[in-house]
Amino acid sequence: MSTTDQPAGKAEITQWPRATNTGHLHGDYFPRAARVALADPQLRRNIGNATTIIREKRGSVVAELDDWAELRAAGAAIKDATMADLGDHLERLETEVAARGGVVHWAADADEANRIVIEIARRAEARDVVKVKSMATQEIGLNEALAEAGISAWETDLAELIVQLGDDMPSHILVPAIHRNRSEIRDIFRREMGNVGVPAPDGLTDDPPALAEAARIHLRNRFLTTDMAISGANFGVAETGTVMVVESEGNGRMCLTLPRVLVTVMGIEKLIPTWRDLEVYLQLLPRSSTGERMNPYTTMWTGVTQGDGPEEFHLVLLDNGRSTILADPEGRPALRCIRCSACLNVCPVYERTGGHAYGSIYPGPIGAVLSPQLTGVADNPSLPFASTLCGACYEVCPVAIDIPTMLVSLRAKVAADPDSGDARERAVFRSAAWAMSRPQRWTRLLRLMRLGRFLARRGSFRNLPPPFNGWTATRDLPAPPDQSFRDWWTAQRDGGGDA
Amino acid sequence: MPDRQLVDTPFVPATRTSRQAILDRVRAATAGFEPAPVRRDYRQAGAHPQPDPETLLEVLIDRLVDYKAEVTQCAITDVHTAVTAFLSAEEAVRVVVPDGFPDEWLAGSTDSESGLVRLDDTGPLTVDELDAADGVVTTCAVAVAETGTIVLDAGAGQGRRALTLLPDLHVVVVTADQVVARVPDALGRLDPRRPLTWISGPSATSDIELNRVEGVHGPRRLRVVVAESG
Amino acid sequence: MRVALFATCLVDAMSPGVGKATVEVLERLGCTVEFPMGQTCCGQMHTNTGYPDQAAPMVAGFQEAFADHEYIVAPSGSCVASVKHQHEWIAAGQLTDRHVTEARRLADRTYELSQFIVDVLGVTDVGAFYPHRVTYHPACHATRMLGVGDRPLQLLRAVRGLELVELPEATSCCGFGGTFSFKNADVSSAMLTDKIHHVLSTAAESCVAVDASCLLHIGGGLSRNRTGVTTVHLAEVLAATEAP
Ligand code: SF4
Repeated sequence: MSTTDQPAGKAEITQWPRATNTGHLHGDYFPRAARVALADPQLRRNIGNATTIIREKRGSVVAELDDWAELRAAGAAIKDATMADLGDHLERLETEVAARGGVVHWAADADEANRIVIEIARRAEARDVVKVKSMATQEIGLNEALAEAGISAWETDLAELIVQLGDDMPSHILVPAIHRNRSEIRDIFRREMGNVGVPAPDGLTDDPPALAEAARIHLRNRFLTTDMAISGANFGVAETGTVMVVESEGNGRMCLTLPRVLVTVMGIEKLIPTWRDLEVYLQLLPRSSTGERMNPYTTMWTGVTQGDGPEEFHLVLLDNGRSTILADPEGRPALRCIRCSACLNVCPVYERTGGHAYGSIYPGPIGAVLSPQLTGVADNPSLPFASTLCGACYEVCPVAIDIPTMLVSLRAKVAADPDSGDARERAVFRSAAWAMSRPQRWTRLLRLMRLGRFLARRGSFRNLPPPFNGWTATRDLPAPPDQSFRDWWTAQRDGGGDA
Repeated sequence: MPDRQLVDTPFVPATRTSRQAILDRVRAATAGFEPAPVRRDYRQAGAHPQPDPETLLEVLIDRLVDYKAEVTQCAITDVHTAVTAFLSAEEAVRVVVPDGFPDEWLAGSTDSESGLVRLDDTGPLTVDELDAADGVVTTCAVAVAETGTIVLDAGAGQGRRALTLLPDLHVVVVTADQVVARVPDALGRLDPRRPLTWISGPSATSDIELNRVEGVHGPRRLRVVVAESG
Repeated sequence: MRVALFATCLVDAMSPGVGKATVEVLERLGCTVEFPMGQTCCGQMHTNTGYPDQAAPMVAGFQEAFADHEYIVAPSGSCVASVKHQHEWIAAGQLTDRHVTEARRLADRTYELSQFIVDVLGVTDVGAFYPHRVTYHPACHATRMLGVGDRPLQLLRAVRGLELVELPEATSCCGFGGTFSFKNADVSSAMLTDKIHHVLSTAAESCVAVDASCLLHIGGGLSRNRTGVTTVHLAEVLAATEAP
């Protein structure tokens, strides 16, 4: 067995590969993208309504379990324990999958994963593949790579179908078309379904059951006739080689059961060590994601079963920057993420901007920590700042990822990065720090600030120069008081005055 | 990574160097990482007082109904009546019957007068035949009361996974002894090497404005017969 | 009981009234309040903007100023959260082992005002009189990082004359987020608009919180929109009494 990479020492870790540039992980400048989103009344309404509904649902089903805190702690600890021995668990998974007739592939980055999947499709002589919703395949830009190779990838999850037909980008981890309301969906179905297959029924209304029915009719034959399917995985159990996909509509079952060849692309962080560990995540995940006690369908399979389901099963283990995250103790907890999207649904920033503003297919709080880590901060320098650090995400995260703390640590990495750091800002903060770290200097600064009073109108500022104009565009800033607290204290207390 | 290697070695993972590189990296990355031990302070299988059998069934039925399954509760001796009632109410004529489904649970429903046509999976049935079927009747492996979940493991009376996927009506018989309280209780009863399907209500989607709508690709109607002995 | 007041830089510079009110309440409850003159700032703004290296001298300064004090009390949830949750990290990355140990020691001794009054002093009725209709905004860091829970509400409910109206969507952030309010001014404003909308829907005269920074933000919006609604810090409500 040859290896091109030497086992890495500490110093080399920083040189390790990040996610390749093929996929959808790179954001625009968040404040600019957010401004566009904020001005879209339809989007604001759609996302606001949807997140309000899901927050309530989650809250009520989580409250049903009196051991939620303990499940959450176990959910975090099991993932950490898995990471600590990830190499062994990966090898065990490989052994078990192979023993049950599956084939395991290893992909260091997006390009390699895409090449592997294309090669499997070529061998299977598949010109069309059906897909179960998968973040990993979006991350690596698999559909585009398949298209270039002349293979059509058909998304089958309702929301993914809406996104694909609308030539759109996903805006939510769980509900990629959350930014669309029912009448927009009807219009997309009417306009596009006929161009790629079975058209939408005549007189299609925007009634959700009718829209679901249209999707059923559109995809039915595709499921029955397509030879190859591609999925992601929610969990892979090392000790048994079992892979698991949770879903709602049955499109997952269709893809995982009917085609002759099944390819599953799974990030290496999706592992859990034991079968029993599933008892934790099968409780945490559905309640956190769709706010259900259990999602309608969960499929678990181990390798290939004679006479039941696919004859060929390929498992592609994807690194694409994950081992680099693993090497950073401050960034590592992001790999616990089970992609439930609870953090998106409670995030006050996400709720107002939607997912597109984040650029990456991983939006919201987890996206703000995951995307810059996968790509390196230089490629996503604005995302760590797309948060007020209010902590709502951490509060609901079923695997207790302290996203605010991670954001703070990533901000330091951005500031220290020669390409992304803002030298002017650093200088401003340095002088502020100089003045604020010694009481004498601070006292003098406070007295100096009093001069600002003469520039204020009726006790407040309404129009300050940059960089404070961002504040005063929508908010007043009171003028400094004529006496700081410490001057008052000195005068009243030490000066012997009477308070 | 030369592409040729992939082409020349059929069905053997060709990405050897990446395999080693990834393993080396994850090992180096976590060297010295000693996370806190896993504490399972949550309710584990059997570790808590189990609800009495009656409550268990009550909860199961409540949760099934909540997620839009229709449920009939009956004595084990009356299963055939309940099954037949569900099938005829849905006007199901062509019904898939997996190998091992107890004959007495269908007694009277597939004879000539009832007009039902029994489809056996000896053949096996093609996807088109399955797609044309009106319904399927099965047993199950385990049911989880707290979540309203029924688990199929492709065992006797359940058949391969496609049988319960393509017909639009799924009638499933759960016996009281198969019902467990919570998710941890279920896992111990299941064999991970079998293909497993966890079903909680009929196929549904929340993709349109996050409102749950029943009925997409999987069976749009789920009917459950909960059978008690005696 | 000897109590060291950590005024925080914002109160020191912009809201001295909050500092005075804090002193008044604590003294009324029998504490001897001291103000260590060596104090400046917890360094939170620097830390949260990506400059923990520059925050380090402030962390060291905080430790020097408060080294000898048993109880350190601040009228600010987020500054206390910074002392409790960030100082150790900064010390570990930028300072010495001694600073790390000291960060832990002082973290245990630092209290947000409402937590100190309710938990340490064991008091909920501080003898205040404040005849106004108010609504309470639970500041994010106080709520989620410190877990102050309903302590501020317990204190408010015991205030004579005070009419407390529940704030809709109370726990959603006001959009301040320190430098977030500049760097992402648009999103910040969108959040503030919703917060103001909710405050106005209560028909309260004032919005109360335990954090002067959130109040600066909410107050800035209320003032810009000429709503006639003001902001007031919990300490100021608790300091108010009937007898002038
Ligand atoms: S970070 Fe936590 S809350 Fe967010 S998607 Fe991941 S697991 Fe869910």
